Amino acid sequence: MDVFNSAFGIHERALGVRSQRMEVLARNIANADTPNYKAQDVDFKAMLKEAKTEYLTATNEKHYAGLTEAPDNGMRFRTPFNSSFDGNTVEMNVEQAQYGKAAGDYQATLQFLQNRIGGLRKAMRGE
Amino acid sequence: MQLDNVFGIAGTALNAQAIRMNTTASNLANANSVAGSEEEAYRGRRPLFKALMQEEMTHAGAQFVGGVKVDRIVNDPAPIRKTWEPGNPLADKEGYVFHSNVNEMSEMVDMMAASRSYQNNVEVVNTARQLMMRTLEITKS
Repeated sequence: MDVFNSAFGIHERALGVRSQRMEVLARNIANADTPNYKAQDVDFKAMLKEAKTEYLTATNEKHYAGLTEAPDNGMRFRTPFNSSFDGNTVEMNVEQAQYGKAAGDYQATLQFLQNRIGGLRKAMRGE
Repeated sequence: MQLDNVFGIAGTALNAQAIRMNTTASNLANANSVAGSEEEAYRGRRPLFKALMQEEMTHAGAQFVGGVKVDRIVNDPAPIRKTWEPGNPLADKEGYVFHSNVNEMSEMVDMMAASRSYQNNVEVVNTARQLMMRTLEITKS
């Protein structure tokens, strides 16, 4: 049944990364007034690569570890356009714009998934 | 699922901003309060926000990691103003009364900022809710 494992392709993982980005942006907006909070964002490319990589796990202490590079969680600190007095780097306008874009991206990925499901359904019905 | 966390994070922010608006209301209500001594005079209250990072959470996988909380509420260090009002029943032996150090103008500005931040977080919840509903409808194609 390999058709179901690969049916959704990259979009399945992309949806996870997209929703993670929504969470990071929500965090920034929530901490817009917190002194010394540093705004973060997701490096989408690094994160998707991370989601696709399958790391070797050592199940026995005699196994060799160290064949893998350190996992990169894809989080990056944002460079603000203007520095603020209290050390906070959240710029609300930027965050709002990015949040809107992230919501749009999420919907786009959702649409791709929906189309795949529609296609599979058609194939199963044999129409 | 990450979209769930958005609700938790925005919820902590709504809570923190509501506390901020409460302190502002308290400050504005007491802006004209007077007292008989400098110690008793009303001092403006200021909430101190702090980000809820991973390590200080009580349990792993909590839905509001990365949110914000009110760490503590501190008193405004601005000096207390005293005026000579011997007719005031609260006046001390020399006839002085002590006014609160609340600046009504800056309190109003702070209230606007708090309500804007509150609205921002409401929008965050709304958008996340819409996306979640769309995700649920994914199979209805």
